[in-house]
Amino acid sequence: MISCDEAAVICSKTQYREAGFWERLQLRMHLLICKTCPSFSRKNRQLSNLCDQAVIKTLSSEEKSRLKKRLQSTSSEDA
Amino acid sequence: MESEGGQKTLNPEAWVDRYADYLYNYAISRVGDENIAKDILQDTFVAALQASKSFKGNAAERTWLVAILKHKIIDHYRRSNSQKAKAEVPLGSEFDPSGEGNPLQRQIADPESTRENDPIENSELGLAIQNCLSQIPQNHARAFSLKTIEHWTTEDICKELNISPSNLWVMVHRARTALMECLNTQWFKNN
Repeated sequence: MISCDEAAVICSKTQYREAGFWERLQLRMHLLICKTCPSFSRKNRQLSNLCDQAVIKTLSSEEKSRLKKRLQSTSSEDA
Repeated sequence: MESEGGQKTLNPEAWVDRYADYLYNYAISRVGDENIAKDILQDTFVAALQASKSFKGNAAERTWLVAILKHKIIDHYRRSNSQKAKAEVPLGSEFDPSGEGNPLQRQIADPESTRENDPIENSELGLAIQNCLSQIPQNHARAFSLKTIEHWTTEDICKELNISPSNLWVMVHRARTALMECLNTQWFKNN
């Protein structure tokens, strides 16, 4: 039988549909007998919904390195 | 970064990795345009760097950067509202970081004054998530973000971060647990 910690990691993995058959089975069994993990599992699902719903933009890594270069040149101007 | 004993110093090298996405989303939620937001973000970092000597350490680094960002957003609106107005808001002591001091600041700090409810709530949610991510270990935040927000494949992330899949899942899981904690009261329905 897997531990709560292991179950929790698998639970996070299932949020991305990337847990294998065996892992999902172990998680199911764990959720049947565990008192605390089902509520974690519910919250984890809610978090996935929140993430889908959220409007989040990210800067590309090129844009980030451009920003870093800009900052470096600014700080050497000051020095 | 905050060092021991309440003595706070700035760490400009880490700003982009740690705060750029949060500040960028903040700016988008206020100006509604990604390109303008990028310009404002760059101006903010440059201004912060130039003003870093005056950082008094009485605010957290992030709060301080957000305060400067708000200034830059106000400057943007000043410029676009009136060509005559050349006045820039000085980065001096009269600036009130709580955003309550001056009416223009207050207006910008309150997104509901100008926009409809639903998209705002979703972008506020996005901001809340970014905000939480800027407070957790950076490698966890990055793993989470690549997987959840940018939808990279597990294989690509492992290559990029040079970690094993099981490592990645533990990091993603830690980030999720921290997010649940951090977002808790405001966004989760109790059940």
